[in-house]
Amino acid sequence: MTFIAKPRLHHPMLKPNGLGFTRRDYEGKVSTLCAGCGHDSISAAIIQACYDLDLPPHRLAKMSGIGCSSKTPDYFLGASHGFNSVHGRMPSVLTGANLANRDLIYLGVSGDGDSASIGLGQFAHSIRRGVNMTYIVENNGVYGLTKGQFSATSDAGSKSKKGVINSDQPIELVALALQLGATFVGRGFSGDKAQLVPLIKAALLHRGAAFIDVLSPCVQFNNHAGSTKSFDYVREHNAAVNRLDVILDRDEIVVDYAPGSVELVTQHDGSVLRLSKLPHDYDPTDRMAASQRLQMHLARDEILTGLIYVDPEAEDLHHHLHTVDTPLNALRDEDLIPAAAALEKINATLR
Amino acid sequence: MQQLAKPFAPEAAIAPLAAINDFVVKFANVNGSGSASANGMFAKSILRMGVPVAARNIFPSNIQGLPTWYEVRVCEAGHLGRRGGVDLMVAMNPQTWAKDVASIEPGGYLFYDSTKPLPHGGVRDDITLLGVPLTAICNATYSDPRQRQLFKNIIYVGALSALLGIDPEVGDALVAEQFKGKDRLILPNLEALAMGREHAQDLIDKVALKVRHADKVGDRIYIEGNSAAALGALYGGATVCAWYPITPSTSVAEAFMEYCADHRAEPSTGRARYAIVQAEDEIASIGIVVGAGWNGARAFTCTSGPGISLMQEFVGLSYFAEIPAVIFDVQRGGPSTGMPTRTQQSDILSAAYASHGDTKHVLLFPEDPTECFEMGAMAFDLADRLQTTIYVMLDLDIGMNEWLCRPFAWDDSRRLDRGKVMGHDALEGGTPFGRYRDVDRDGIPYRTLPGVHPERGAYFTRGTSRDPDARYSEEGSVYVANMERLLAKFETAKALVPEPVTRTAKRSTPYGVIYFGSTTPAMNEALHALEDEAIHIDALRVRAFPFNDEVFAFIAAHETVFIVEQNRDAQLRTLITTEGGVDPGKLVKVLNYDGSPITARFIIGEIKAGMANAADSGVREAAQ
Repeated sequence: MTFIAKPRLHHPMLKPNGLGFTRRDYEGKVSTLCAGCGHDSISAAIIQACYDLDLPPHRLAKMSGIGCSSKTPDYFLGASHGFNSVHGRMPSVLTGANLANRDLIYLGVSGDGDSASIGLGQFAHSIRRGVNMTYIVENNGVYGLTKGQFSATSDAGSKSKKGVINSDQPIELVALALQLGATFVGRGFSGDKAQLVPLIKAALLHRGAAFIDVLSPCVQFNNHAGSTKSFDYVREHNAAVNRLDVILDRDEIVVDYAPGSVELVTQHDGSVLRLSKLPHDYDPTDRMAASQRLQMHLARDEILTGLIYVDPEAEDLHHHLHTVDTPLNALRDEDLIPAAAALEKINATLR
Repeated sequence: MQQLAKPFAPEAAIAPLAAINDFVVKFANVNGSGSASANGMFAKSILRMGVPVAARNIFPSNIQGLPTWYEVRVCEAGHLGRRGGVDLMVAMNPQTWAKDVASIEPGGYLFYDSTKPLPHGGVRDDITLLGVPLTAICNATYSDPRQRQLFKNIIYVGALSALLGIDPEVGDALVAEQFKGKDRLILPNLEALAMGREHAQDLIDKVALKVRHADKVGDRIYIEGNSAAALGALYGGATVCAWYPITPSTSVAEAFMEYCADHRAEPSTGRARYAIVQAEDEIASIGIVVGAGWNGARAFTCTSGPGISLMQEFVGLSYFAEIPAVIFDVQRGGPSTGMPTRTQQSDILSAAYASHGDTKHVLLFPEDPTECFEMGAMAFDLADRLQTTIYVMLDLDIGMNEWLCRPFAWDDSRRLDRGKVMGHDALEGGTPFGRYRDVDRDGIPYRTLPGVHPERGAYFTRGTSRDPDARYSEEGSVYVANMERLLAKFETAKALVPEPVTRTAKRSTPYGVIYFGSTTPAMNEALHALEDEAIHIDALRVRAFPFNDEVFAFIAAHETVFIVEQNRDAQLRTLITTEGGVDPGKLVKVLNYDGSPITARFIIGEIKAGMANAADSGVREAAQ
């Protein structure tokens, strides 16, 4: 068995979205991951988010590195171009693709090995450059494809399936992303689709570097007692800062909340993020407060989830580089090649 | 060699060298003293006299303080390689004084700062001393220490131009050009030049090396290869450049920035029709290039040996997933940090076979800046056509020195060859698409760009094995078929890359010589000199890998073939024997790899020795 094509069976009750696509049109091949893998729930959340947003599948490019998580782009959005690249190097490939055509939506899918170990440098630099992308780390704290080694996000003191205690400190990608200037930072849990889908939707609509850390327990190698990335542990330690709803231009904003408990944030594209605030004093547009809150919860062994930070006025790499509106890959010869006469002038300066 | 112990003699014991428009001047300076631009002005003033020059900066990996040299070959006959030897040494660096003085040809000249007395024991008695009290002049004229240093350089340029008979107007005009826009600097520099000329008046008759007006430069231009390569990228339609600073390739990216600023702004908005990213390392650089190439933009990076090492994994991906990419490799001395400011041709094998697994990559070998431009532009067409990485193999000698070469030319009717990209209309019209199908039987599949069509043409790119429709597969036969197709594609490449350049000797000969890249000017000179001695040898300049059949036909047509290259391990020879199944016994290595550009004298010596050996073994064989 090398790949499995999904049978094209359409359920008559599948409701089409605004583009006339059903959820099935956003699916990919059948997953070859282990049954119950958190990553498959994330793929389902991505499918749901794209369906909800009426995203034309071909206008999205999905990029990944190497690892279990990086295999998943084959399992969603089968009508999109995808690129399963090199271990730890998805961010640079995505950056290049984005430079070539600013008009597509770029979804980078990575794992904790791919982004926090081998790819930590590229993770950091793509975020600090403000590449317009949605960067999802499917974080299970373990190397799955090579069968159970600790990753750089494994918590100190957590126990591997073989009983080894990890002594290294974990890399906290959310804190790093905040420090590096990500303009959208969220954390979700593969077991909480209601929270995750709106986070992905908001990130896809965000113009700038959007990072989502998704805790995604590995059912084979990291779902045992003593693991801090197991379903049970994450459920018990989850501290959500808000509940997010994404309201598109076309939707009517219905005010049905108590004053003070909801915050509305309007992004560049006109989408409105409606946040039901759980701690009432939490302001997700304050980077410093977000960092502080994160550290506070870390100290309490709590996992902060939700939309942790957003800069609705974010700017991206194309803005910084002053590139033209036309995608660079669509420029014509006459836009690119100076005339022979210009070369003659250059020759004249070289004598 | 050193003759420092000999007593000082006011007159040279042997006749001073006499030559018109044919000599070598070498400047010995301290790095960071501002000498490079003054020395450059000296070289250019000779060029303006209509006399060809070749100037080479020989510099350390250092910003300030270490020794640096600048060698100017003056040659009306047009030989632009290093000849070897020094006729006039401009010794401005006390640290290297002894070695510099020792390197002067018998009968040569030593120009020095005579402010202080010469070292105890004097200097050689077979050279002519040309002392000008540069420090004393500067100290008397300038109060600012930095000015004293900078104008000292200009003063010696003025003195030398007087000694060699270069028109004062030529030097003055160059000063005016160089400081255009910084006009307040023009007058002081003109004064410094004049001061130098004035102080050299008494010495003019002692110098029998002269520059005379000639008309041997023609319409040729004088430019560094890195700048020319960047211009090639501009004309080749490159829109994405991702790079990481590394000597000697940095100036490719820097020149590209300047050319883009001048020629690639959208007229209506002033915005950029290009994107240049200084990446965090070479891995990210090539990753960005591969991502952009996958998405249909023409993209390149520029680097040197250590960067080539870091890029290996991505280059393998580009080969296997079939993604266009261009790498300008400005080679330097390796391995490891090696000699980062010295020249070599030592990345041939690591570039040709970059990455794990079975891979082969296309290499282009420019001989001079003009070909850096031409091959620079061509590389992007080849990358799109072949959907793989194309290397343009410069080296420090070509890349960072100004060379006198043919002017750049461009045909306005030339279109960019985007290769086999299946567009929206073909997909809409129902043209079948499978990313890795060999539809045209040339090994080159069609690709689509992301976003092209709402329902058709999407595929999943991966570094893992897949079938012709880009579906994951670990079937052995599927893998093998794909690898064989990639070989077929490499065969197709042979017909697309530049063919070799051959030069046939006046008489039929069993000897041939193969060379490439920056060896060319020294080789041309060596071939002329050998011909003058009635030593006949056919020559072939390789311009690309994969090798065209002509290369192997050339080898087959000769009994002994010298392979001249600038590395220790005879890398081109290895590539030729491996790829062509050639008997290595008939390929004689001629290797220069000390970090300085190869000289004609070296090549002549090695070829003569090689021919003598071949004759000896022939005699031995006949006797057996």
